[in-house]
Amino acid sequence: MNVIFLLAPFSVALGMLAVGAFFWTLRAGQYEDIKGAAERILIDDEDLDGPGDKQEP
Amino acid sequence: MALTFEAASQTDMSAFLRKADDGHARLDLLVTGARCAGCIAKIEREMGALPGVDSARLNLSTGRLSLGLENTGVDPGRIIAALGRLGYPATPYDPGAALVQRDREGRRLILALAVAGFGAMNAMMFSVPIWAGLFDQELGPATRSMMMWMSAAVGAPCAIFAGMTFFESAWRSLRAGRANMDVPISIGVILTLAISFSETILNGRDAYFDAAVSLLFLLLIGRWLDHVLRAKARSAAGDLLALQAPVACVIDNAGRERSIPLGDVQPGDILRVRPGDRIPVDATLEAGEALLDNSLLTGESAPERVGPGQMCRAGAVNTSGLLTLRASARSEDSTLAAIARLVDAGTQSRSRYVRLADRAAALYVPVVHAAALATFAGGWALGLDPREALIRAVAVLIVTCPCALGLAVPAVQVVASARLFKRGVLVKSGAALERLAEIDHVVFDKTGVLTEGRPALVGASPTIIALAAPLARASSHPMARAVARAAGEGPLATEVTEHPGLGVEGLIDGRRARLGRAAFVGVPTLRTGETELWFGFEGESKVRLQFSDVLRPDAGATIAALRARGMTVSILSGDQLGAVRGVAGAVGVSDWRAGLLPEEKSGAIDALAAQGRKVLMIGDGLNDAAALARAHAAIAPGTALAASQNAADLVLTGDALMAVVEAIDVARSARRRALENFSFAAVYNLVAAPAAMLGLVNPFVAALAMSGSSLVVTLNALRVRNRR
Repeated sequence: MNVIFLLAPFSVALGMLAVGAFFWTLRAGQYEDIKGAAERILIDDEDLDGPGDKQEP
Repeated sequence: MALTFEAASQTDMSAFLRKADDGHARLDLLVTGARCAGCIAKIEREMGALPGVDSARLNLSTGRLSLGLENTGVDPGRIIAALGRLGYPATPYDPGAALVQRDREGRRLILALAVAGFGAMNAMMFSVPIWAGLFDQELGPATRSMMMWMSAAVGAPCAIFAGMTFFESAWRSLRAGRANMDVPISIGVILTLAISFSETILNGRDAYFDAAVSLLFLLLIGRWLDHVLRAKARSAAGDLLALQAPVACVIDNAGRERSIPLGDVQPGDILRVRPGDRIPVDATLEAGEALLDNSLLTGESAPERVGPGQMCRAGAVNTSGLLTLRASARSEDSTLAAIARLVDAGTQSRSRYVRLADRAAALYVPVVHAAALATFAGGWALGLDPREALIRAVAVLIVTCPCALGLAVPAVQVVASARLFKRGVLVKSGAALERLAEIDHVVFDKTGVLTEGRPALVGASPTIIALAAPLARASSHPMARAVARAAGEGPLATEVTEHPGLGVEGLIDGRRARLGRAAFVGVPTLRTGETELWFGFEGESKVRLQFSDVLRPDAGATIAALRARGMTVSILSGDQLGAVRGVAGAVGVSDWRAGLLPEEKSGAIDALAAQGRKVLMIGDGLNDAAALARAHAAIAPGTALAASQNAADLVLTGDALMAVVEAIDVARSARRRALENFSFAAVYNLVAAPAAMLGLVNPFVAALAMSGSSLVVTLNALRVRNRR
């Protein structure tokens, strides 16, 4: 029974971790473009180095 | 001077560049037409390859392209032109301060929602052993006390944090001397927490920490849905308005064209207005002659001819050539702004509308609180222990959860708006849907609503259209565009010269031809018809092309459908008697008025309202804006001016007028669902409240009943989508 004193805080801590992780994703802007994120995985790798960083400045 | 579409793209748009501290610049564009991974890759690759562009990132959900530029010397016009060549029309977008404000509210709500979700689940984890104890499972008093304390340790802080939104709103409303729905919610939550603490300290049996947090969690979902609905509509409406970029083209001392924000235009500035553009501020014509389309201002469909030194009103569309004007008023003082102020006044009158959920709350709150009070007082008087009587009173408050009001109504409205959004109707708020459902009289504007609002060719033979088309394609004049539309794709005339206010001249297969006014083409006529063009090759006979503002194809069907739903229809127009009579006859409306001023229109709406009619106003012009704001509900087409779109509750993003009928149907269906949910909640409370009074409700039953009833009303709300 004493194990509950370990398990109960542990499970609460796990829950808080999940809330923290959710906030991290929110702050990191992962919900800004849900449709785009779903489509972007279809872009081939060689296409990926096109946007953002150019070959020559 | 020659004018082609290349020239039109040379507008200086550097007003939209935002400078960063390190010398770099950012540019936000609204891109239309991007739909898939291929579009993202193509746009980002091509934009990133442009000289001066550091980075490009397209947000597919919002259609916004964010560009990082090397310095402020990069011309946005060239980037927009490059996007246009790729097949994606783009407009500069100014991310306003309103977005920051909106984000803060949304962030706060989602923070509260996440904490409430965490608290509900974790407090319930400790509640499960306590519930087991209620059903004679082995649970010693010491263990139960410990579980209650742990439940309190998790649940109470979460409930207080997540409840702040409600507490603050309740406090604000109480100080204003009114009671909104947040008052009973706050009282219920605070009382529940207090009783649960005292029970925990006194080693009692009933602690409702999990119920308090779950209640907040469910209600916060409702708040969040309502917020998402408004935020999404606001950003979509903002996108529509961004398409009418609020800039003016000014000639500076060096004679160069510069784009400046509308608010920076000073009286005396020299403005340049391209064919098809709107006059940005009230101004006088410097030279030449102008033909102005005032249809959005006055509803009149025939263009107005303006001579040098005469007044051009803000909001009129230039249907002649390139104009040079001298600004005579600042943006705030222009005709446009004057009407916008009328709109503000009207919108305030509409904010007095009390939403369905609040009206239900006004009935629900006194009943529930009286029942709780009666339980306590009655129980005590009938010989119950005061502590037991108090617990029963709290149980009444908990099981009579206001979820049908707080969760189900927003859920219905979100589902309804999402469905309408797909059909090309933008709903600005949930309250707009509620008002739309009550409509019994529909008022149409004529120009731009029942009609297309742009000239269309009538009665010309295909041979003549095909002959004139090469010249028409080279011009940006609205009537020439109508000829080009009628002809479709094809060859372009060469050596094209556009003569402002007169017409266009060029070579078709080596032969010189002219398209324009009678005098310009060389037809001796005394008539000054503004709705006709003449076309002819040099030295040959000339032909006349007649234009008129044609009816929308579904105008008649829409009015018939509205009548079939028991609504009466009338037309209020600022146009001339003859034009209105023709349209009214064609769509079969006998109740019409013509030649109305903006004030007369809004006065007519007020008169209808005074007779007890719930009026829906559909209009696009500036002359409708005040009427739109005064009406019980208002719809504006996406082509409407900014002021009218702001004044309207719903904006049609598509071309079909039939969407109005659809919107009313969906709004009525949403209202039916909401009322069904209210009746379900009433029945549920009629069972749950007496049970709680009799002490039959323990924390387990309360948790089950609350989430069960919430689930039922939410599922019922989702049915809006599946029914036609």
